[in-house]
Amino acid sequence: MMGEILVHPTFDQLAPMRAQLTAMLEPEHALKTERLQDLRLAVSEATTNAIEAHGRAKTEVPVKVSVSITKNNVVVKITDRGTGFDPSKLTAHPPVTDPKRLEYERGLGVSLMRTLTDGCDISSNAKGTTVTLTMLR
Amino acid sequence: MIRQASCFGCFGELGLQSVSQPTFEVAHHAGWAVMRVSGEIDMATAPQLRHHVVTVTTDTPDGLVLDLNSVDFIDSTGLGVIVGAARRMRMNDADFRIVCAQAHLVDLFRITRLSEVLDLFETLEEAFVDIDPTVDWAGA
Repeated sequence: MMGEILVHPTFDQLAPMRAQLTAMLEPEHALKTERLQDLRLAVSEATTNAIEAHGRAKTEVPVKVSVSITKNNVVVKITDRGTGFDPSKLTAHPPVTDPKRLEYERGLGVSLMRTLTDGCDISSNAKGTTVTLTMLR
Repeated sequence: MIRQASCFGCFGELGLQSVSQPTFEVAHHAGWAVMRVSGEIDMATAPQLRHHVVTVTTDTPDGLVLDLNSVDFIDSTGLGVIVGAARRMRMNDADFRIVCAQAHLVDLFRITRLSEVLDLFETLEEAFVDIDPTVDWAGA
């Protein structure tokens, strides 16, 4: 099964997007509940970044969330038309033992995407970014 | 506005779907503030959480308990607000505790390792046991 959600690039569309994603995956019994929650959060993080990218690029074209369910996995691709970024230049947080850790309120999103999914690939160039999230079934 | 397409040929404009807004209830007891949060906390709603946290911490309570047991969803933005709340309270030499029994949220604190720098409790009763164990939080 394949499906697609086109998300207007405003943050108030995140919750409806998550609801729609859940509505697509639940009837298919694509993932167990806790794995679905993990994927929902990872997709929300990626879509948040995509909406921010559209804001910086001053474009109102929708962010595309493509869902593919196969026998072996669930793959969600989040594609934006932002100006791209270099994933290798993401700054790491200080270790939790460092008191300065509490000064970092942002920057957990990509780390969460990588931790919560079985695969997280980020492909980015000046024309946009595609995040591919994979969950094994 | 969201549109959905699928392999079954359905392509309809769903429009803006109504999503319940988060709620923030604040109570005070023994110099502490307790904030019960419900709903979904993401980039759209985290500013509301931040506003309420700042309002509560400006009154410099002895401690703040953030009750997340009715939170349906929280993302890294929401976690960031919680980190900011912890920092504000510690700058004021005040205590900060989180009530959270939902496995998925507890996992989130664990995998981000925030559970190592924040004090997590399963219930309000547990969070207050060394402050005032006599309070009936179920009826509060």
